[in-house]
Amino acid sequence: MSQVVFERPHALCDVPLHYCPGCTHGIVHRLVAQAIDDLGIEGQTIGIAPVGCSVFAYNYFNCDMIEAAHGRAPAVATGVKRCLPDNIVFTYQGDGDLAAIGTAETVHVGARGENITIIFINNAIYGMTGGQMAPTTLLGQKTTTSPYGRKREIQGNPIRVCEMISTLDGTAYCERVAVDSVPHINAAKKAIKKAFQTQIDKKGLSLIEVISTCPTNWGMTPQEALEWVRTDMIPHYPLGVYKDITGEESK
Amino acid sequence: MSKVLMKGNEAIAESAIRHGCLHYFGYPITPQTEIAEYMAKRMPQVGGLCLQAESEISAINMVLGAASTGERVMTSSSSPGISLKGEGISYIVGSDLPCLIVNVQRGSPGLGSIQPSQQDYYQATKALGHGDSQVIVLAPSSVQELADHTGLAFDLGDRYRTPVMLLADGALGQMMEPVELAPEGEFKPIDKPWATTGHKNQRKHNIVNSLYIQPDELERTVIERYQRYAEIEKNEVRYEEYLTDDADVILVAYGITSRICRTAVGLARKKGIKAGLFRPITLWPYPKKELAAAAEKASRLLVVELNMGQMVDDVKVAINCSKPVGFFGRTGGMMPTPEDVLKAIEKDGGAV
Repeated sequence: MSQVVFERPHALCDVPLHYCPGCTHGIVHRLVAQAIDDLGIEGQTIGIAPVGCSVFAYNYFNCDMIEAAHGRAPAVATGVKRCLPDNIVFTYQGDGDLAAIGTAETVHVGARGENITIIFINNAIYGMTGGQMAPTTLLGQKTTTSPYGRKREIQGNPIRVCEMISTLDGTAYCERVAVDSVPHINAAKKAIKKAFQTQIDKKGLSLIEVISTCPTNWGMTPQEALEWVRTDMIPHYPLGVYKDITGEESK
Repeated sequence: MSKVLMKGNEAIAESAIRHGCLHYFGYPITPQTEIAEYMAKRMPQVGGLCLQAESEISAINMVLGAASTGERVMTSSSSPGISLKGEGISYIVGSDLPCLIVNVQRGSPGLGSIQPSQQDYYQATKALGHGDSQVIVLAPSSVQELADHTGLAFDLGDRYRTPVMLLADGALGQMMEPVELAPEGEFKPIDKPWATTGHKNQRKHNIVNSLYIQPDELERTVIERYQRYAEIEKNEVRYEEYLTDDADVILVAYGITSRICRTAVGLARKKGIKAGLFRPITLWPYPKKELAAAAEKASRLLVVELNMGQMVDDVKVAINCSKPVGFFGRTGGMMPTPEDVLKAIEKDGGAV
């Protein structure tokens, strides 16, 4: 007798993904789809895809999907959620999308406490356009638009999104996770599911920042990229829960 | 139904609600702010939502999200704010979503002034967003028409899956006139099977999107949309004529300016000048054939606008440059009097 122990989540379409070898978008897509499956919410979920490497996410998730303009996914999500308050609405955004061109939209969904979930992919670089400096690019990190390394006096400092968003009164749950190792992936899986649960419970904004890799534009092998997450990214972007008011009532 | 005395901006807002719009996303800017204020007060009374966004950019993207769910939705702004919405409007066009966008125009360019103008004619009719895109543009000329065209805009938007712009100006938005509103509670929503409302495990997932990475696929969608535009041009042209039958000189004006011109036509006729008025109500689709027919017996045309002559080219194209087309306008927020227009009629002998 055979038993299925591992399969593609239903919320993930059975199509080839376009991501580069070693890119961690595939892992995060799976974790999001798994959370949707586990919570049984695919039929009521509306996802908002960003502009960036995950621009085609609308082809990858089996729920209803909307493609937003660069940085505008939180505003689009607001429009959807205010019309359909009992549905589940999430955005999937990269660092350029969320923390540069869409900073205002991101901050204000936190301020308003929009009851949506944001999956934020931080890989410290613009992937889709070919490796330019992101708002989260580390000091000293070389990109095509910081070819001598990011310098504080020229390009300024990288933004820590979880630290910023957790200051907002409407943020209910905010955690930074990574997908560089099995323990971290398991923690990320738990966090993403909890983020959707926070929305189901109508607690306010939930945002999960996922420290991710971009071997292609970092100029590394996938293994080197995972190692760089540990040696350089995580020290600057510490993992952990930055805000969690989901259990407040029970205290 | 009795008439009520209302400010233009408020008539737009109340009419929108009566035509089934229960979601408004906006941002304050003079001279349209009364729309947002009225919505903020009224929406909670009817179970709707007025949300003040953090920017015009966010407001139009909230409209995109709301329209994706199939709800009737609107935003409003004035000239500089409309420029900020341009990106979102192009995405809404590319995603084939209906919505209402109101522009209560003010003096421009830049921060300009807060007085009435018609300086956004080009923007509204030619390039409201980037790319091969078009929206229906309605140009009301009274508070009654602001209310009526608001309802018309929602109906046209739903029918053709397109954004519709109500192109007003600071004078129309701020003036008070008696208005008869549509009755409450008679709006019936149409079925929108394309809407992203959650598939409820009963259909394939819907996707609202304007990205087509394969150029042949994008070309096909653009061509399909232009076939819809051709239908709109065939079915939805609206205009008004006043004393054009025997006119020697035909004034061409829209919106608030058409009312000044109507008075000027009377003044000219008293002086023995056979003047008439042709008023496009839809600025897109432009009443080309109708203007050409009206102009046949006239010896010349005079375009009057609150700008530097942005409609002149459309008039010349409509009549195939068969008659001299003159122009008279004030700009920057200045308004001509009927006497100013009369002087222009008397002075203008040839083309600009």
